[in-house]
Amino acid sequence: MSDFETVAASENQAARRGPSGEPGAPNQVGGTSTLAGKPRSLAGDAWRDLRRKPIFWISLLLVLLFTGMAAVPGLFTSNDPADCVLARQHAGPSAGAIFGYDFQGCDTYARAVYGTRASLLVGALSALLTGVIALVVGMLAGFFGRWVDAVLSRVIDVVLGIPLLLAAIVLLKRVSSDSSTVRIAAIIFVLAVLGWTTAARVVRSSVITAKEQDYVAAARMLGAGNGRIMWRHILPNALAPAVVVLTIALGSFIAAEATLSFLGIGLKDPTISWGQDIDTGRVHMRESAIPLLVPSTFLALTVLAFIMLGDAIRDAFDPKLR
Amino acid sequence: MTHSVVQPTPASPTPEGGHLLEVRDLHVEFRTGEGVAKVINGVSYHLDAGETLAVLGESGSGKSVTAQAIMGILDTPPAVIRSGEIRYRGRDLLSQSEEERRQVRGKEIAMIFQDALSALNPTFPVGWQIGETLRQRAGMSRGDARRRAVELMDLVKIPAAAKRLGDYPHQFSGGMRQRVMIAMALAMDPKVLIADEPTTALDVTVQAQIMDLLADLRRDLDMAMILITHDLGVVAGVADRIAVMYAGRIVEHADVRSLYRAPAHPYTKGLLESIPRMDQRGQKLSTIRGLPPNLMRIPSGCPFHPRCPYAQQVCVDVVPHDLVLGDGRTSACHFAQEVRDDSAR
Amino acid sequence: MTAPASAAKVRGETVLKVENLVKHFPISRGVVFQRQIGAVKAVDGVSFELRRGETLGIVGESGCGKSTLARLLMRLEAPTSGRATLEGRDLFKASGGELRRLRRNMQMVLQDPYTSLNPRMTVGDIIGEPFEIHPDAAPKGSRQRRVQELLDVVGLNPEHINRYPHQFSGGQRQRIGIARALALKPEVIVCDEPVSALDVSIQAQVINLLEELQDELGLSYIFIAHDLSVVRHIADRVAVMYLGRIIEIGTEDEIYERATHPYTQALLSAAPVPDPELRDDRSMIRLVGDVPSPADPPSGCHFRTRCWKAQEVCAREDPQLVPRAADPHPSACHFAELRG
Repeated sequence: MSDFETVAASENQAARRGPSGEPGAPNQVGGTSTLAGKPRSLAGDAWRDLRRKPIFWISLLLVLLFTGMAAVPGLFTSNDPADCVLARQHAGPSAGAIFGYDFQGCDTYARAVYGTRASLLVGALSALLTGVIALVVGMLAGFFGRWVDAVLSRVIDVVLGIPLLLAAIVLLKRVSSDSSTVRIAAIIFVLAVLGWTTAARVVRSSVITAKEQDYVAAARMLGAGNGRIMWRHILPNALAPAVVVLTIALGSFIAAEATLSFLGIGLKDPTISWGQDIDTGRVHMRESAIPLLVPSTFLALTVLAFIMLGDAIRDAFDPKLR
Repeated sequence: MTHSVVQPTPASPTPEGGHLLEVRDLHVEFRTGEGVAKVINGVSYHLDAGETLAVLGESGSGKSVTAQAIMGILDTPPAVIRSGEIRYRGRDLLSQSEEERRQVRGKEIAMIFQDALSALNPTFPVGWQIGETLRQRAGMSRGDARRRAVELMDLVKIPAAAKRLGDYPHQFSGGMRQRVMIAMALAMDPKVLIADEPTTALDVTVQAQIMDLLADLRRDLDMAMILITHDLGVVAGVADRIAVMYAGRIVEHADVRSLYRAPAHPYTKGLLESIPRMDQRGQKLSTIRGLPPNLMRIPSGCPFHPRCPYAQQVCVDVVPHDLVLGDGRTSACHFAQEVRDDSAR
Repeated sequence: MTAPASAAKVRGETVLKVENLVKHFPISRGVVFQRQIGAVKAVDGVSFELRRGETLGIVGESGCGKSTLARLLMRLEAPTSGRATLEGRDLFKASGGELRRLRRNMQMVLQDPYTSLNPRMTVGDIIGEPFEIHPDAAPKGSRQRRVQELLDVVGLNPEHINRYPHQFSGGQRQRIGIARALALKPEVIVCDEPVSALDVSIQAQVINLLEELQDELGLSYIFIAHDLSVVRHIADRVAVMYLGRIIEIGTEDEIYERATHPYTQALLSAAPVPDPELRDDRSMIRLVGDVPSPADPPSGCHFRTRCWKAQEVCAREDPQLVPRAADPHPSACHFAELRG
């Protein structure tokens, strides 16, 4: 580690300054200095670090791939997922359909590609919304403590006590519209409103830990206000565990959408989603496993990609691990 | 690399004539993802019955790792004992089985730590914890173990010992917890007590009590003690001999009085000069420049040369051997005589 | 060395005045309906003055309230009662903008160099933060130069502005903390055990740095420590605290050579002296027991439970911190006398 040498060199120099007692003595560090010049940002350093990690590139590639699929599915398959002919039921892989056909006689691969949009939208947006709610609630509860914490913590307890599926059924039953946009928005809303509690607790406890650190006291003594302390000192140090929880939540939200769709209260038929296909595939697993495996693999890869990406980013933003 | 062994190897490994405990040319590495840290680089020291040896060093000097190697409580991995011997009553502990070592640990050699709070289990009463060793190792009955626990707590001067048997560690003050830990260490009547920074976490007045207690116990129970510390004041109060460690080596070894009178290694000299003294108010503290080395890249030659005011080219090129200065004193410095003469002046 | 920076200010005038400062932490039970069942009397009526350019050492064992005192002065805790004035301005009444201005004159160096620096900020950001909070302290364009000057002043390489705290050793981190405290050119710096977490060979470097800075910049220090030798080395005057109170205060010489309070005498006697020749011929005072809990301090003189001179009056009457016949410096003991 060249860093150590440089730092040690400067300590030598610092010590030399001591006994000599020359305050203005110029600091000459010969050729040992490696880093000089413009201030660097944490994000810049993180990027430099990430660039060298294969895990980061693999997961990023997968995330981009699935995002691309969600945006323009037509690029990934020329088949129409709605072109279903019962006569092709469970037909095996062929040049026209590389993964064959499902129970309804639709192209399995095309359906998986076209299902990406709904699944990814639900997963990513629910995780995002969850993150926002969790950060706000966790930060307020952890930072201000006392009665704010008491109230918010009880709210978390109550929400955590609500069974997700039951509440989702009750809430989603009220959505009568069949419009795919409305239904996706409704699912995102319901999942986020019911699913933010774990992340909020994680944020709260890491805020409480960060708040007690001496550097927060130091900032306060410099005259920093609550806003600055929360934004500059607590949030960056409390974010890492939240990112991990959220990437995992993202996967479980995609799975939850699948469950809801299976129960008939999630996405409805003209909208294609992995959840619906996994459930149909599961029912007919004995006849052909491929229609189950393909969307399942897509789901697993997406979830894995997001978790790996979250992990890599979290490490990159932790200067101690560098 | 060459390493000098202070003690010549005796022909027969009999306890007669040998030392009670002897560490010979010990080498320990820590292997981590970032590289290999050479934590102990040829440490040799010995301990005779009834004496107190102080092992002095700063963080990273290897003073605690040596003790952990003696106790057999090093975490392996990451630690690897590359070579060396640790002889207790002539037998090499490093070549013994785990079962044999367990017989030595606690029964023959016991250890106390800096942090008594984390060394005690918070969920059991202290009397039970002291008695546990007695029940497990000495096969005592519950009643006997209990009675012996009270005796031990009396021995370490915990007031109203019988009443406090049922108290939990958090109900004791820092000094009293340290006494509980000492009582546990004494349970099996060890012949050697290793005290690793036993008073560092304590207040001055309590520290004095604990050091007095350890000195009394050592005398009354005829134990030998290895006192591991960074505190030159504590050492001056109790030790017979002192081994100064730097970068995993013993750089100076002497009886306490002559070492304080005239240190013969520039590191020891620098340390003694850099501590503020209560009995003399100086203008400016002299300092040792620089930092202790990174153990993954220990400087060539004498590891202290980048910080040493005596350093010459030879110090960069050649690892200094232990220079014998008489009276059992050694100093691993090319200019040991000169340093000692300067210090004595 | 002279102090050109504070030429206009008179050395020796009172810069900080603390009067009868009290901080009781309530002990409460219950989660929803909390009721107070007692109070930890962390600071229990402390008064002292700090003069410009001097170092006031505060010594005492854990639980004596020295760290709480520092947190009170830095407005990290609100006092239960009492007054403190910094250059004539009330420290505890200020709020908002006025408090921010007051903070510029008083800074603190914290004990633990590992937790006192935000691990996610570069050294430049850490030392530059004071200027972001007080934009008028340094114009935007000159900030990086100011930060590099500060690094130079504390003996670090100004080119290391982009490094993170973990890339530095403990001693270097403490220098970064000192640079941050110096950024706003304060009058008073509270040092809370600034060297106790450092290795012996590094301690001396940091102590020397603090002394140099004081000479150059005319700073006043409140130097809190449990290490009596370090305090003797750096302090001009010394206050000894026990269970929330100052029990003896005087010049360095008065405390170390002519202490009249039994606790001070015991503390001095217990401190290990690095000289084996003195091992046997020092007449030691060994206190029994530990410091009592500040939640339930003994009546009268707090020290009486461990004091070999204690008599019935000690339990009944609080000894006042006043000059005593034995030596004319304030000592809170009914039986104050020099050690024979």
